[in-house]
Amino acid sequence: MYIYDDIDQKIVNERVAQYTDQLNRFLKNELTEEEFRPLRLQNGLYIQRHAPMLRIAIPYGLLSSKQLRKLADIADKYDRGYGHFSTRQNLQLNWPKLEDTPKILAELASVQMHAIQTSGNCVRNITTDQFAGVTPDEILDARHIAEIMRQWSTFHPEFALLPRKFKIAVTGSTKDRAVVQAHDIGIEFYYDEHQKIVAKIWVGGGLGRTPILGTVINERLEWQHVLTYCEAILRVYNLYGRRDNSFKARIKILVKALGIDQFRTLVEDEWQHIKNGPNTITEDELDRVKQFFTEPSYQTNLKNTLEEHQNNKPFTQWLLRCTHEHKIEGYRSVTLSLKPYNVAPGDVTSDQMNIIADLSDQFSFGEIRVSHEQNLIFADVKENDLFELWEKLKAHNLATPNVGLLTDIICCPGGDFCSLANAKSIPIADSIQQVFDDMDYLHEIGDINLNISGCMNACGHHHVGHIGILGVDKDGSEWYQVTLGGNQGNFASIGKVIGPSFSSEEMPIVIKRIIEVYIKERHEDERFIDCVQRIGFEPFKKNVYQVQEV
Amino acid sequence: MNSQLIVKDKIVHDDWVKIDLPKIDMEVKKQAGKVVLFKLTGDDFPTPDQIKETQIPSSGKIILPLKAYLLHKDELKDRLNKGEIAIWVLSHEEIGSHLNELGDLNQFPLIAVHIDKFADGRIFSIATQLRINFKFKNELRALGDILMDQLYFLKRCGYTSYLIRSDRDTNQALKSLSDFSEPYQGAFDIQEPVWRRKNRKSL
Repeated sequence: MYIYDDIDQKIVNERVAQYTDQLNRFLKNELTEEEFRPLRLQNGLYIQRHAPMLRIAIPYGLLSSKQLRKLADIADKYDRGYGHFSTRQNLQLNWPKLEDTPKILAELASVQMHAIQTSGNCVRNITTDQFAGVTPDEILDARHIAEIMRQWSTFHPEFALLPRKFKIAVTGSTKDRAVVQAHDIGIEFYYDEHQKIVAKIWVGGGLGRTPILGTVINERLEWQHVLTYCEAILRVYNLYGRRDNSFKARIKILVKALGIDQFRTLVEDEWQHIKNGPNTITEDELDRVKQFFTEPSYQTNLKNTLEEHQNNKPFTQWLLRCTHEHKIEGYRSVTLSLKPYNVAPGDVTSDQMNIIADLSDQFSFGEIRVSHEQNLIFADVKENDLFELWEKLKAHNLATPNVGLLTDIICCPGGDFCSLANAKSIPIADSIQQVFDDMDYLHEIGDINLNISGCMNACGHHHVGHIGILGVDKDGSEWYQVTLGGNQGNFASIGKVIGPSFSSEEMPIVIKRIIEVYIKERHEDERFIDCVQRIGFEPFKKNVYQVQEV
Repeated sequence: MNSQLIVKDKIVHDDWVKIDLPKIDMEVKKQAGKVVLFKLTGDDFPTPDQIKETQIPSSGKIILPLKAYLLHKDELKDRLNKGEIAIWVLSHEEIGSHLNELGDLNQFPLIAVHIDKFADGRIFSIATQLRINFKFKNELRALGDILMDQLYFLKRCGYTSYLIRSDRDTNQALKSLSDFSEPYQGAFDIQEPVWRRKNRKSL
């Protein structure tokens, strides 16, 4: 867990004071709505369908039990007793009152939290691998770099009013779990041929209206230069990105318009002025930041007692789907599924938050992480404790063994809450989960990502879902477009639309028919996405649209 | 004092006169950056006519539109030497592509950047380029839709004076220059990041 020093705390406190004054001026009509808008957005405050929505930053998805208890407390006191974990590892409250927001921010500051730059046209929360620091395939703990980048980007004076929002993701593992190619800047650390740690920099990726994967702008950048290089990219974007049309204002549009070569030339020219400048990261600074992360005191020589439960099928199913390899022998990481039946994906009640906080103290050094799949993670659980933890999680509906399965749906808040949405998304997730309620069948289907977005802003990452569902508006009614073949991770790809869209009632059956084809056509151990890539769209289309053809 | 101008951290009387471009009736797509602007419209803004028709007073300290200055540069030489000539640019104009014609930027006692909308964040990067890339050392002024909530950022990027929008309270704006006491990252005003400036070793 990163622990604030006086300097971190002061910045957050000063922000609360600044925002409080800004809100007062707005309420006194000294600021127009247009002028207040970027100010409130950079504090995570949206004006939404029912009430303002407040997005609270969870830097690189890391939370302490104390912070989670505070979030539960805030959800009870200022909201309706629940929160929504987003795909960018943040937490959203859907029902706060505008006048209460300074108080909420002050409470957050008391536990080293804030809502800084969780929205608006600025550098957003830097996201990373939910297993950073504990995964065996790690080259570098991306949280340390992400924290250095958080500090650098927090109130960066030059990038407070960019043409559009700017998202950066960092991965330090060989397996990319941070979807870096779908970000404005993606940073992937790797060992070069001399075993030196270097970074590959992707630029211009993003989902939204114009889904596109990033292009490599720098194949091999020494890690010390990550900040200055990003600064050069941002400067070029800030100067040349389109500001006349917000739909064409993301950096990806600029990169495409100029071509990667010209864009790279502009960036390299800018970089020459600041390369090796004061913002260059040093070995000392990386070490210093490392020390601000509390390291768990792992035990050694643990006896493995898991075998006692090998005939307990629900437990072994959970073990298979919800626990993950750990760098320390005798430990595993555990994913708490926030996708049980009849609950909006990513939603957690304040009671659950308190229970999760208590369990994390008992089982995982008091730390909790948020994944971009909208689940929670206990990163450091002793294998011997798994059975006891499972029983406790189960009692609170937090042990659905569906992580990575069809019902582990990534889903935006959609038309139920969001004023941007064209269509509802949560009820679609719900109706699909109801059709696929047989856990054995889900396990038989195996690894698959189903992602749902309620509009083309793609907060539900539908483009990179193996199956993607996009809510669209047709003459005022809600329809759903289905894509296949999207993928996240190292082999990321953007899904393609299979054909005309469907009504909400048709959606469960559509998904059912897609799965039927897969079950019939798959080779042994072939994953859904591999099968789609092998056999193509035709068999799926045929089965899905059978009714219309009659 | 009844003035909208802040220089460094004081409200002062403005002894410069900004010379505006003549107004024209044309929809200008200058919200896009230069590179893309060309692809969008192919039009130049300001237009050649506007540049030609800009009225230049024969005495006093004046801030001229960049292009108007370039057009009249030779006849303005003496006044430039006397410290009477400054230039201003629009946020889509690039000083960087006129460096040869302009010569040493530090012969201008003042350069100003004008924005039509406070949300036009190009004003920040233009300052960084002037200060860091082109080593401009004299007064750098923010003009146009300049509001208090952006002042702290403008200062950090290298602006030293700010003409606050005429309907806003300059005294109130002044306070926001010190919204934050210890910024994290290096920028122009404080070039070292906080971890180089402070001892952050202990928890």
